[in-house]
Amino acid sequence: MDLLGYGAFFLTTALIFSLVTLGLNLQWGLTGLFNVGLAGFVAIGAYTSALLTTPDDAARLGGFGLPILVGWFGAMLVGGIAAAITGIATLRLRSDYLAITTFGVAVVVQLVALNAQKLTGGPFGIGFIPRPFGSLAETPLLFNLSNLAVVSAVTLIAYLALEHLSRSPWGRVLKALREDERAAISLGKSARFYRVQAFAVGGAIMALAGALQAHFTGFIAPDNYLPILTFQVWVMLIVGGSGSNLGAVVGSILVWAIWAGSGALTSVLFAPEQQARAASLQIVAIGVMLCVILLVRPNGLFGDKPLRARFGKRAKAAAGEST
Amino acid sequence: MSETIERQDEIREPVLAAKNVVRRFGGLVAVNDVSFEVRPGEILGLIGPNGAGKTTMFDLLAGSILPSSGEIFLNGTLVSGEAAHRRIGRGLGRTFQIPRPLPNLTLIENVMLAAQGQAGEKLLANFLMPRRVAAEERIGEKKALELLELVALTHLAHEPARVLSGGQRKLLELARVMMADPAIILLDEPAAGVNATLLEVIIDRIRDINARGITFLLIEHNIDMVTRLCHHVLVMASGQLLCEGTADEVARDPRVIEAYLGGAV
Ligand SMILES: Nc1ncnc2c1ncn2[C@@H]1O[C@H](COP(=O)(O)OP(=O)(O)OP(=O)(O)O)[C@@H](O)[C@H]1O
Ligand SMILES: [Mg+2]
Repeated sequence: MDLLGYGAFFLTTALIFSLVTLGLNLQWGLTGLFNVGLAGFVAIGAYTSALLTTPDDAARLGGFGLPILVGWFGAMLVGGIAAAITGIATLRLRSDYLAITTFGVAVVVQLVALNAQKLTGGPFGIGFIPRPFGSLAETPLLFNLSNLAVVSAVTLIAYLALEHLSRSPWGRVLKALREDERAAISLGKSARFYRVQAFAVGGAIMALAGALQAHFTGFIAPDNYLPILTFQVWVMLIVGGSGSNLGAVVGSILVWAIWAGSGALTSVLFAPEQQARAASLQIVAIGVMLCVILLVRPNGLFGDKPLRARFGKRAKAAAGEST
Repeated sequence: MSETIERQDEIREPVLAAKNVVRRFGGLVAVNDVSFEVRPGEILGLIGPNGAGKTTMFDLLAGSILPSSGEIFLNGTLVSGEAAHRRIGRGLGRTFQIPRPLPNLTLIENVMLAAQGQAGEKLLANFLMPRRVAAEERIGEKKALELLELVALTHLAHEPARVLSGGQRKLLELARVMMADPAIILLDEPAAGVNATLLEVIIDRIRDINARGITFLLIEHNIDMVTRLCHHVLVMASGQLLCEGTADEVARDPRVIEAYLGGAV
């Protein structure tokens, strides 16, 4: 009984990660846009939805007490706009600079969350975020299962929509840009326009994931959105297989299982005063997993395209020349 | 350089025109004050020794790079400042000297990508009008298969383009640019690395396509191919237009012989 409840709780978290990974797969896997600041977009979604839906609080701006669904749509909108602005700002620069800029965005968002106390509650974060099934909180099992149902439904919708898009002419243009921007341009595709679109849609999905998580736990704080989150999601995508939506989902569940499992293991094996240091073993576990996957299946579990073809222009040219 | 030589269709407006086009790379003037016109329906040759500036001229015409000065007209419209991806919408297609296949897309995807004005390239259309998108895709797929057949690549239609040989990549470029239904096609050395049998196929195809009214500007080192295909030939050397005429005329021109023998003038 308790196990079932924990299972539901675990899967809910894993599926929220899946959502973030699906967003990253659209940006990187499909379009080749390097986002190393995705934690920032997740945070934007979480804070936006929290601000929109929490009851009025004298200590800070808002909350506006709006319905949860409004919060989620608001999160997608603001996350999408933030990503679009990031994309547009770096359009004229070489694509490497997008990576640096996204990292900057994540740092800025983190700093704002930490310091703009009037807006974000500062280091104490925002509490009392309404939960979709708050009335069920008395019976944890039912509560966890209904959360799981909602998150599964959202993830499924996102997955199906992204699958549809990956196979569509729109997705074909994104892949073409990933492979050879100049060729795609010569065939009449506006690289800039599509890059911004892919980045914005990916950012919106990440923000939605952040919002879901916020309403699921009911409390958010700046240290939920540290670079470790970005690292986890990247590992999930690489393990699952960059370019594959199914891989993004499966990779997320797998990596989260190892993360949570190794966390549980260290808490059993180590004395309480060593817990903090033992926690770094989780990162080791993930690192080992990443190495094994890359050795056994260099393209990840479901990846179909050679990974090296997407690392830099030179590797691209080399991949084109060999054969 | 404005000696009047009889050419096809003097009356109609040129499909493509360059006026005093200059392109510098640092101190090097890769294209130096070049002017010419491409008449509708002709196959115009562009020849010259290595490094003459032919590919640079193509990049300027297609908009991959912008001219340092001078003007380019497409069907009478000034396009010198316009982005490359817009020019194919105006009917200008180009292939690359070093082919640029999309290595992890299948051949058929490579070709289908090139269709212009696809509804499904709009994000929302894929959800709002899925039937129209699906219908367009079916038509596109059929046409792409026909084009692959034209260049003898049907058997590889569902393979990723990275498996293609060098010559096959050239052929894929040709099929791909055709998919866009351009009014004028710039071909940069379509015969390089293609074997003799396939070369005959390419020559036949270019003739067929030209007979349907599509104009060509052709860079080629294979003089036999140029002689057989081109109605008129421009010769470039060291960034400048050296002379022009029929293939036979320019082949006999002492300036051309000297440019080829002496390398850069
Ligand atoms: N991006 C660039 N930067 C600097 N120089 C360039 C650049 N592109 C071309 N050039 C120079 O411009 C000149 C013309 O090059 P281009 O490629 O147009 O020659 P080409 O006539 O196509 O020769 P080939 O027959 O060998 O293909 C060369 O000297 C080349 O080095
Ligand atoms: Mg050249």
